[in-house]
Amino acid sequence: MDRPVALLVAAVLLAAAPLEADDWLEFRGPGGASRVKEDSLPVELSVADIRWSADLPGRGLSGVLVVGDRAFVTTSDGPTQDRLHLVCLSAADGRILWDRQVWATGRTMCHSKTSVAGPTPCSDGTRVYAIFSSNDLVCFDLEGNLQWLRGIGFDYPNVSNSLGMASSLLVSGDTVIVPVENDSESYTLGVDAATGANRWKLDRPKGANWTSPVILAPGIVALQSKTGVDAVRVSDGATLWSYAEGADTVSSSALADGVLYVPSNGVTALRLDPADPTKQPTQVWRENTLAPSTASCVVGADAVYCINGAGVLTAGDRATGKRRWQLRLQGPFSGTPLTDGRHLWAVNEAGLVQVVELGDKEGSVVATLDLGDEILCSPAAASGALYVRSNTKLHKIGRPAPAGK
Amino acid sequence: MIRPSAAACAALLILVTRLSAAPVAEALPAILAVDHEGKGNAAAARAWQVLATADADALPEILAGMDGANPLAANWLRAAVDAVVARHGGRLPLEALVRFLGETEHDPRARRLAFDLVKGADPARAEALLEGMVEDPSVELRRDAVAKVVAAAEAMQAAGKTDEALAAYRRAFDASRNVEQIQSLAATIRGLGGTVDVTRHFGFLRGWQVIGPFDNTGGKGFAAVYPPERGIDPAATLDGKEGKVSWQPVESADEYGVVNVNLVYPPPVPPEGEAKPAEGEPKEGLKGVVAYAVTEFDAAEARPAELRLGCKNAWKIWLNGAPVFEREEYHRGMEIDQYRLPVTLRQGPNTILVKLCQDEQRRPWTTEWEFQLRVCDEVGTAIHPAGAAEPAR
Repeated sequence: MDRPVALLVAAVLLAAAPLEADDWLEFRGPGGASRVKEDSLPVELSVADIRWSADLPGRGLSGVLVVGDRAFVTTSDGPTQDRLHLVCLSAADGRILWDRQVWATGRTMCHSKTSVAGPTPCSDGTRVYAIFSSNDLVCFDLEGNLQWLRGIGFDYPNVSNSLGMASSLLVSGDTVIVPVENDSESYTLGVDAATGANRWKLDRPKGANWTSPVILAPGIVALQSKTGVDAVRVSDGATLWSYAEGADTVSSSALADGVLYVPSNGVTALRLDPADPTKQPTQVWRENTLAPSTASCVVGADAVYCINGAGVLTAGDRATGKRRWQLRLQGPFSGTPLTDGRHLWAVNEAGLVQVVELGDKEGSVVATLDLGDEILCSPAAASGALYVRSNTKLHKIGRPAPAGK
Repeated sequence: MIRPSAAACAALLILVTRLSAAPVAEALPAILAVDHEGKGNAAAARAWQVLATADADALPEILAGMDGANPLAANWLRAAVDAVVARHGGRLPLEALVRFLGETEHDPRARRLAFDLVKGADPARAEALLEGMVEDPSVELRRDAVAKVVAAAEAMQAAGKTDEALAAYRRAFDASRNVEQIQSLAATIRGLGGTVDVTRHFGFLRGWQVIGPFDNTGGKGFAAVYPPERGIDPAATLDGKEGKVSWQPVESADEYGVVNVNLVYPPPVPPEGEAKPAEGEPKEGLKGVVAYAVTEFDAAEARPAELRLGCKNAWKIWLNGAPVFEREEYHRGMEIDQYRLPVTLRQGPNTILVKLCQDEQRRPWTTEWEFQLRVCDEVGTAIHPAGAAEPAR
């Protein structure tokens, strides 16, 4: 390709890509660290900060994506929850811009607390990829045009979990990482983002697994299971290294500044080789007093924060893992909180948003906002606003953008 | 101003319909060709754009494309319907959709979708259409139609017309194929002094022959081929996990056909000082074991059917010696119709063999060792063994 043509192609691609740095494109954001830009979310909260609450056409607990001026969320409805929706809403006012449905091709049975719309979708800024507990996988562009679909349970009939599947998707380059790990036919797939065809299919440990993958470095993804963590090359599914000392099957790992915080034996911090992340990482510390439950740990500026099953927030030193302080929040929590390093936003199952000021020696709740709605999802953040959804509504919480912006 | 004649309008309408339908017909084959592992997705995506931009008059044709389509192709068409409807808003071909809905040979879910489109445009008309759908092949349409019968029965009951209400509830019960609706109606009818045969309505099989326990230490019993998998000999005495075992008859006392294997085999003797389970209560069961249950189903005719299984243990099923399906999952939950297994029954005796594995977990929720199985058609209507007695009233 000669230079003018290359420049033209680049210009077209740039113009076509609505991706903004402020988008929220995956479960728990980049690296699964649940980090937001410092001072980007409101600390003082009141009912007036609920910018809008939109009715959703079905139930679910998957997280929200925000791509440019649009928010995306999955739901399911119908007598057997076999109607699967991907819904696009205006981020400005919560209007539903489009709603596309498919039918479940796999089993929809799941525990009453979870939902067929459990896994959080992901986006590369031009397409949205969504999967459901029935293992139906769909890809739409931002305008609601169907790009491709798969029935993973149609392909592999023993891929299912009678409690419900909940692992979220990731997209890395031109490959969608599709974890469908369970007791029986247990895989993670690398799927062509353009067509939905398998690039690779990796046999995975047999065992129910609700954890979600994390991108370790360009082209490398971490898959967590009961056996530990495997680093997998996105291009061909090859396993590059394994940490084999076991890991949780509910809460997921988080990556920040080259360190992977794994819910394993409490929490174990693994430092990636900065020169070559394909090499075996080094264990930095292990701290069994950090005990994440359903919510995953989040990574702050110099501490890692975990909420246990009793709703107690523990701050552990990022360098050593040693406990700095604990704070009892009003739990229980299903969703993973967000942090900007100075504050932490945690939403409990009763819909109470609790803003915690994060100090070196203690933490304290400085604001609360009662949404009065059961919230089981992990919140998303974009353009200064927090997005949470319930079985019936999607809420946007945040200050209006300054005039002229 | 020139006024077009009625004939000209009709001709124009036919022309427009044909023009809009032609591209749909050309696009459908690419959609219908999609298959496992993403096969045909690229071509289907191009064809989908044609469908999604079709005129609303093409909706019945897109819906009809679902007839016989595999579930993936049906989903491509399902999403195209959404796109067409979104572009055309309330300007939908209602009469054509109502006709489509009335043609019960079409795919049940396509017809349900047609109903939803009609309901979105004209809710009163949709409600009226439900009146004739209590025996509909679409389980969802039937469910809604039955709900209307229930509502009428409730009104009768509230007015003190108990006998009429009971008759209406029974009509609803007989028609319903929705599990929750059936359970609710059974309770209501019994509350009014009536009787219902839930077992027969669902077609649960309660009479079995059971043999075990065989060894499942370390989960190896799931893959192990024990003698019942090679053939059923009712008189056989086999080597079990801890001695000789033989077939014994089991009749489930549960009206939903739950066969509790823990009630068949004696539990370990509780250590001295620990409470023993009360008579008839599920006992702390064996662990690391396998049992087989077999029954004979006498089919009046050769026909397609479904074996519908609920089970929270690892299991395998054979019909007439041929494997049907297997699943190695323990203690994740059990419900009626958890697994729908399409099979073909042969006329006369059919042997159904279930392998039931219990693992070695010791947590409280891992005690159950049970299953429930029924034989029905794809709608969920029970298929009864030849010569089965009529239900008691």
